[in-house]
Amino acid sequence: MPSLNYAAPTSVAEAVALLAGAPGRARPLSGGTDLLVQLRSGRMKPELIVDTKHIPGMIGISGDAATGFTIGAATSGAMMEAHAALKAAWPGVVEAMDLIGSEQIQGRATLAGNLCNASPAADSVPAMVAAGAKAIVVGPAGERVVAVETIPTGPGRTSLAAGEFIRAITLPPHAARSGDAYLRFIPRTEMDIAVVGCGVHVTLDANGVCTAARVVLGAVAPTVLLVDAAAAALVGHTLDDATLAALDAAARAACKPITDKRGTIEYRIKVAGVMARRTAAIAFARAQGRAVKGH
Amino acid sequence: MSKHHVTTTINKEPVEFLCETQETLLDVLRNTLNLTGSKEGCASGDCGACTVIVDGKMVCSCLMLAVEAEGCTVTTVEGIADGDKLHPVQQKFLEHAALQCGFCTPGFIVATKALLDENPNPTEEEARYWLAGNLCRCTGYDKIIRAVMDAAAEMRGEAKAA
Repeated sequence: MPSLNYAAPTSVAEAVALLAGAPGRARPLSGGTDLLVQLRSGRMKPELIVDTKHIPGMIGISGDAATGFTIGAATSGAMMEAHAALKAAWPGVVEAMDLIGSEQIQGRATLAGNLCNASPAADSVPAMVAAGAKAIVVGPAGERVVAVETIPTGPGRTSLAAGEFIRAITLPPHAARSGDAYLRFIPRTEMDIAVVGCGVHVTLDANGVCTAARVVLGAVAPTVLLVDAAAAALVGHTLDDATLAALDAAARAACKPITDKRGTIEYRIKVAGVMARRTAAIAFARAQGRAVKGH
Repeated sequence: MSKHHVTTTINKEPVEFLCETQETLLDVLRNTLNLTGSKEGCASGDCGACTVIVDGKMVCSCLMLAVEAEGCTVTTVEGIADGDKLHPVQQKFLEHAALQCGFCTPGFIVATKALLDENPNPTEEEARYWLAGNLCRCTGYDKIIRAVMDAAAEMRGEAKAA
């Protein structure tokens, strides 16, 4: 049996050198909730595990609502849930992360890991994309900052080059009269994978008219979908019946789902419209300063 | 690669062990340290039978490499009782017969202790959500939830719920 090596570097440069030194044969480890399952199943057969948790800044949340938050890539869902200021500014992102797995999984699972696992049904990803989150990617060529939606390129595939890993996820400054939300539909109340997920972020003017929006669907295409037409259905409007109908239609039109055991193509498309309506309603309410229960 | 030398604190005792990279914390607890209370149910983080507390957060020990435990403080089900005196959670699981085959019980005990350490007065709904990552195929959960709520009341020093 080929031996599996382990390294716990204490700097980004050291981690990049280790990962780049074994291209395709080294895997970064943060929470490990996907990686360990893949190691055991044999789907992943690396020669080197690079544990990133000993690198300063990989664990922890800095910044504030006004300037934007920086969330270290190995920060657990439990730490996000416990961060009152982050939760107040970005309830949709925190709730989306909190939906992933059990409390035990929350003790280790991370936003960056959910992103890089590149599941089309990843719960935190539509919420991050709606929020305008960015990934700080480090690698042999230095550091680059990219929109999170550019990381997953298909199921299980990412745009990260050999030797690259995500150092942190950033959320932008929180604008006045803005709010976010994430809802997912599953056939039970807990511990399942999304049939459809939807993230919405809106900014309103003083009259409650939407001035900017991002609407994102998960689990209805090989990657999450940032649906510009659905955002366009919201901008310039309050959330009246005609706006909701236009949003619903735009969300349905964007879907390119598959049929699997969780739902058929037709069902997923129908549910996507419904989830867009419900999620938008929560985001609008939050943008108007109302504390609304999300998930 | 030679084995990793790991220094930890397990159930308040300093513990050192040697492990291979691919060994999980659960593998080492059970096979190297003979702490066989933690169980391997699914080995994929779904069932919670291997639940332990690492640095104050409960995790699935099947989803953590043993080598990652370097410098960590770990509590397993063997560390819940105070010597011969059962923890109130353990006592209430017995009193309510909140187990049948018992395979899931260590995970439930650890997860319940973690819940009550963080939230001494959970609602039944909060307790059910917290324990959603612990699967039991025998009891149907009702007795477990009764034991959890009763243990919470006892630990708060309240009279036994009717």
